Amino acid sequence: MAMLTRTERKRSEPARTAPTRTGVRRALSSPLSTVAVLLVTVVWTVPSLGLLVTSLRPEQDVAQTGWWDFFAHPHLTLANYHDVLFNGGFGVSDGLMPYLVNSLAITVPATIFPIVLASMAAYVLAWIPFKGSDTIFFVFFALQVVPLQMALVPLLQLFSGGAHIGSLTIFPAVGMGGSYAPVWIAHTMFAMPLAVFLLHNFIAQLPRDLIEAARVDGASHFRVFRSVVLPLATPALASFAIFQFLWVWNDLLVGLTFTGGAPESAPMPSRLAQLSGSFGDHWEILTAGAFVSVVIPLVVFFSLQRYFVRGLLAGSVKG
Amino acid sequence: MADANNGRIEIEGVTKRFLTPGGEVFTAIKDVSFTVEPGQFCAVVGPTGCGKSTTLGMVSGLDRPSEGTVKVGGKVVDGITDGVSFMFQADALLPWKTVLANVALGPIFKGASKAEAQARARDWLRRVGLTGFEDRYPHQLSGGMRKRVAMAAALINEPKILMMDEPFGALDVQTKAIMSNELLGLWEQSRPAVLFITHDLDEAVALADKVVVMTSSPGTVKAVYDIDLPRPRGSVQEIRFEPRFLELQHQIWDTLREEVERAYARTAGGPVTEGKAA
Repeated sequence: MAMLTRTERKRSEPARTAPTRTGVRRALSSPLSTVAVLLVTVVWTVPSLGLLVTSLRPEQDVAQTGWWDFFAHPHLTLANYHDVLFNGGFGVSDGLMPYLVNSLAITVPATIFPIVLASMAAYVLAWIPFKGSDTIFFVFFALQVVPLQMALVPLLQLFSGGAHIGSLTIFPAVGMGGSYAPVWIAHTMFAMPLAVFLLHNFIAQLPRDLIEAARVDGASHFRVFRSVVLPLATPALASFAIFQFLWVWNDLLVGLTFTGGAPESAPMPSRLAQLSGSFGDHWEILTAGAFVSVVIPLVVFFSLQRYFVRGLLAGSVKG
Repeated sequence: MADANNGRIEIEGVTKRFLTPGGEVFTAIKDVSFTVEPGQFCAVVGPTGCGKSTTLGMVSGLDRPSEGTVKVGGKVVDGITDGVSFMFQADALLPWKTVLANVALGPIFKGASKAEAQARARDWLRRVGLTGFEDRYPHQLSGGMRKRVAMAAALINEPKILMMDEPFGALDVQTKAIMSNELLGLWEQSRPAVLFITHDLDEAVALADKVVVMTSSPGTVKAVYDIDLPRPRGSVQEIRFEPRFLELQHQIWDTLREEVERAYARTAGGPVTEGKAA
């Protein structure tokens, strides 16, 4: 039975995908589209270059001329970065540095927690048959339509005051104010539906033979998950990690709501928002701050992209 | 052998039903009964979609019958059956592990230390003629060599029962013959009970002590034949020309042919629906 579907699928797949793939390839490799792609790339990159150059120019230059003037008078300085990171500029509290640390301390765990939890949930829902697993998966799927804004106030209330019916305490108030924990928990919760859905779809497609062979060899479910499923799911894990990292890193709403903007726990976007309010005309400070917050996601993207591409290649060679 | 009784597979009145995505009940196999004695080589042949793989899944404990019982060594199967190994058409090798690490995985899953597992894996790679290839990765090997790795990986845990789901289905004819000979050689050494699923009647008769012919949708046992060709049988290419082989082959083919034609008429006539349930 399984054999039939497996072989049938294998046989029909190349026939179905080959013409479209070559069609798209041919269209993409024509000289005209190459020029178009180059053009779009340049148009897309120029503002980023402007951002970088502005952040490196001295204050007076920025105030007087546009960034393209740099090509005529190339004066570069790292003073803006020093100002924005450590001085905070012009007597207003301290620099971005503590917020940068906060952002990392929030983003890294808020990326790892949902990946760990969701990959385990996805394995269980995809490979361990039990009554109600379809229902649970459906609930996860359906939860994606709930906007996270709806949960902000109740969740904040739950963290600070606990949950009570009359005098009965269902959930005690936990003193997590000023720590990172409320942000971690909130981000993890909001990420779970999409994470479980994405990873489930990937993990359910893994070859049955590999998993069953390990099971029959006597591997426990946890063992199969760790030694077979996780390595095979690396491309999916990496792509979800990139999405989640970028989302949490750039997030202002959740970070601001659950930290109250306090310097000891608030992430960088909340400080950048303040900066653009108070230093709207100091472009050299704002661009330096913005570039700091661009660099780290770029590093994450390029370091994880390797796994991403490798996974895609491995799949195509095997098929 | 002290635990000779352990490898006996008894399948009694087993029915397996699936719920199709459309909500219909689909019967994959119906009232299937047969027995495989310890150390016996049993081949199951039948047209596509007759629930052969479903049967294997229930013997290994990966799946439960809807009705009837599956017993291994006199014990009803619940949970993963002990002492079973699997070999599939696609080699279940992990692409990011070396040949040695792949073969060593079985003992490691069973709780052996890494050093011991690797020593045993080296020994098994020697037995399948792959000494010197320990550090290669699966994609660097030919199809036949990958099959040998899969064979070593299946046999290293010294299973009482070896289940093979069209293991040589994707190989070319010559490689298939060579692999069949090697399988027989290795099997003679440790003599596990084998449940061998195949489409290829010649392969089934050449290898097995017993051939079970199944009908399709729902899968039922149509007939069971004992193959009384003497062992050791030598080369599977040569045995095909023996009069007794041809006699048995004709006899079984007569039974199988109408099933194959029936299954073909059904699948050729309209869209394939049988495959959905699996």
